[in-house]
Amino acid sequence: MNRRQKTLIYASFSAFLLIAVMAAGSFLTEEATRVDFARKNLLPSLGHIYGTDWFGRDMFIRTVKGLSLSIVIGALSTIGSGLIALMMGTAAAIGGRRVDACVNWLIDVVMGVPMLIFLILVSFIVGKGPQGIIVGMILTHWTYLARVVRAEVLQLKSSQYVIAARSMGKSNAYIALRHILPHAYPQFLVGLILMFPHTILHEASLTFLGFGLSPHQPGIGVILSESLNYLSAGQWWTALMPGLSLLVIVRLFDLLGDSIQSLYNPYKSHE
Amino acid sequence: MTIPLKPNPPLALPRFVILLRYSGKKALRLLLLMFAVSVVCFVLMKFSPIDPIEAYIGGEHASLPPEQIEHLREYWGLNDGFAVRYVKWIRGLLEGNMGTSIVYNQPVADVIAEKFSASLLLMGTSWALSGILGFSMGIIGALNRGKLVDKFIKLYCLTLASAPIFWVGILLLIVFSVWLGWFPIGLSAPIDATAAEATWGDRLYHLILPALTLSLTGVASIALHTRQKLIDVLDSDYALFAKARGAGKWLLFKRHGFKNILLPAITLQFGTIAELFGGSTLAEGIFSYPGLGKAVVEAGIRADLPLLVGIALFASAFVFAGNFIANLLYAAVDPRIREGARRI
Amino acid sequence: MGQRIPLLEVKDFTLQFKQYGRGLKQIETRVISGFTLDVHAGEIVAVVGASGSGKSLLAHAILGILPSNAATGGSLKFKGEELSQSLKERLRGKEISLIPQSVSYLDPLMTTGKQIESPLRKAANAVKSVMNRFQLGDDAKNKYPFQLSGGMARRVLIGTALTSGAELVIADEPTPGLHKSMVDETLGSLKELAALGRGVLMITHDIDLAFVVADRIAVFNKGLTVEVADAKAFEASPDNVKHPYSKALWHALPQNGFHSVRGKDYGEEIDAGCDAGEEDDA
Repeated sequence: MNRRQKTLIYASFSAFLLIAVMAAGSFLTEEATRVDFARKNLLPSLGHIYGTDWFGRDMFIRTVKGLSLSIVIGALSTIGSGLIALMMGTAAAIGGRRVDACVNWLIDVVMGVPMLIFLILVSFIVGKGPQGIIVGMILTHWTYLARVVRAEVLQLKSSQYVIAARSMGKSNAYIALRHILPHAYPQFLVGLILMFPHTILHEASLTFLGFGLSPHQPGIGVILSESLNYLSAGQWWTALMPGLSLLVIVRLFDLLGDSIQSLYNPYKSHE
Repeated sequence: MTIPLKPNPPLALPRFVILLRYSGKKALRLLLLMFAVSVVCFVLMKFSPIDPIEAYIGGEHASLPPEQIEHLREYWGLNDGFAVRYVKWIRGLLEGNMGTSIVYNQPVADVIAEKFSASLLLMGTSWALSGILGFSMGIIGALNRGKLVDKFIKLYCLTLASAPIFWVGILLLIVFSVWLGWFPIGLSAPIDATAAEATWGDRLYHLILPALTLSLTGVASIALHTRQKLIDVLDSDYALFAKARGAGKWLLFKRHGFKNILLPAITLQFGTIAELFGGSTLAEGIFSYPGLGKAVVEAGIRADLPLLVGIALFASAFVFAGNFIANLLYAAVDPRIREGARRI
Repeated sequence: MGQRIPLLEVKDFTLQFKQYGRGLKQIETRVISGFTLDVHAGEIVAVVGASGSGKSLLAHAILGILPSNAATGGSLKFKGEELSQSLKERLRGKEISLIPQSVSYLDPLMTTGKQIESPLRKAANAVKSVMNRFQLGDDAKNKYPFQLSGGMARRVLIGTALTSGAELVIADEPTPGLHKSMVDETLGSLKELAALGRGVLMITHDIDLAFVVADRIAVFNKGLTVEVADAKAFEASPDNVKHPYSKALWHALPQNGFHSVRGKDYGEEIDAGCDAGEEDDA
């Protein structure tokens, strides 16, 4: 089996798993995570593969619910951020030198403020909870992708066929739709997918610190910050398993992004 | 036969003028960025729905007589209009007065100075460790491309890059504090000893786990980046030519690799300072390390706007200063900038 | 010269690449097939073929610096000894040296003096004499590639071959974009190398250059040596060469009437597997 086939298999596997986690999370009801002191503090076993916590809740179910919520928040932030990136990047590339300088400067400003501190500031002002995180992440995560879009559009703009189309008198809108968009969108898509893991990790971090989801909502950050309280009692599994699952999800998104990248861009896979 | 050599084309400027002009431009940029950050902070503050007073008094809010609340508001200057507060603040800022922290009841500048000295030790240690380790790992990986050691380094870096920092910290806590019992569990650590009283031994003792957390996760990006850069160099035409001239792998690295990967690595390493702030905020939270990160969380939870904004400004200044230094270093090392041929 | 052992002997040499095309297909592309040629000490042999026909890869194959997805067949011999990868690694830079085709083969962060110096032996004198020979003044010694003019960079590249003391010099497109006087100078130094008893293999797309400097010319088309001809005879008349492609090359020269070369003029069999060379020649 060659690397390209492996790549496709990776991609479909990770896409499948991500969808499965999301679907499972939304079908699970409150009942699944009810408190039951009769089964509290259980080590991972066949019945409860991630064990149970102090309140007897099944850690696997909590984790899946937390992950699916993270994926939803991540998706919303990513889409919002992606739209800003698309606008900023395109504006910088086609809006002339002034606009370009402004956008680049804005990117530098946003990148200069340590992201977590900025997120705390925003969540403090917008209010804690999902909306605070999403607004904060939309405002901060667009910078990298905006640079990618800018570079891509700039390159396309000066390509021979766009110049040719222009000299043939095609309108700007025609050129944008027929020549720029179809070629810029794979890079944009890959950038979006690669932004995903960042948003998920940052949501978890923020929640962990107490600024994101409330303690009543299922969230990996909530689970892990709770687990900190029970560490001295030796409950390692309530921290290990959920964190590991988060890692796997993040890694899967990375893999998905990379494999799509290499499908569009086969130059790197000549082995 | 003699061939007339073309006179050396552009750049008649002496080297130090080029450098001076270059660093002047970069310094101006730094100031502009700082100004922008201060404006952003103020705009954010304007939209804040949270009354700092309420957050400060908390539950007792209702029981206080209105005059006293009014007095408190006066005391913190909360009754002034936004513009007045902005001007007051920006003027104070230029005089070195960043306002008063509500949580700590101390000048913000003092709080930052105290907390930062602790954080600096943590961040400095992890920054240096992850930089050196990451750079070496990247080199080892690239020189052994495709071999087991390379695969291992890549796997490690990709995994750690996806791992939540706070989770890595928790794992270290489980292993070293709970199982091995070498360190106290964060929350019960004696943090009442202020920075002045703590001995160096104490400080180092409390530094180990958070620094380890940040270094373990921090190597990932620099190692992967260095690995890729070195692979690019090894795949380049000039490396191919050096091979054709008989240079072995080690000689190739010594003659061409090192210098060509050092510059990007320096830039990247200075660029990670912003992330380091986030990382240390998380690590300080887990290990109860009394630094800036803990202060920012505290400020955020208890609605201490002056402190929050003060830290945001300070951290940004620190990040920009880091980038500024990176630019200067780059200019000093890269002949293309030094000789004025290229701008970055 | 039939009895002497040639410096370089290439026989039925083939080269192919494994590649991924669009989708999932793994394709094998043959770039060189049935290449045969020899180079003796003291002579210049030119390999002439169109740009992008895979000529440079021949040089890379002799030096053992092909990319990992390349596979070779046939035989390469140096002084009668089969060139294995380990032998290539021992010989390159000492017995065989390369003059590469562009400035990108110079380290962007290294000064001229150091570039010229052989990585294998530190010899300040050799560097100095090469720099004098090629009119690279003392100030050039401390210049970086981005500060060199095209001609200077070319002289630096040729200079690298001189410090190695190799017996076989492979010059890959040694004169593109050079001023006429610089071309003469470059060809002059190649001739001088031959006069010193070294073998020179010159790879070029320019048959005119080959006429000026080469003793023999190997005409290379679509991965095959169509024939090896005596340079003087070839220059004199197309009747002295056998293959239609060689004749077509001759006719295409401006001084011979500038007739265009047509694909079908030189036989169907060589058309097979010709497309891939383009992108791999870089």
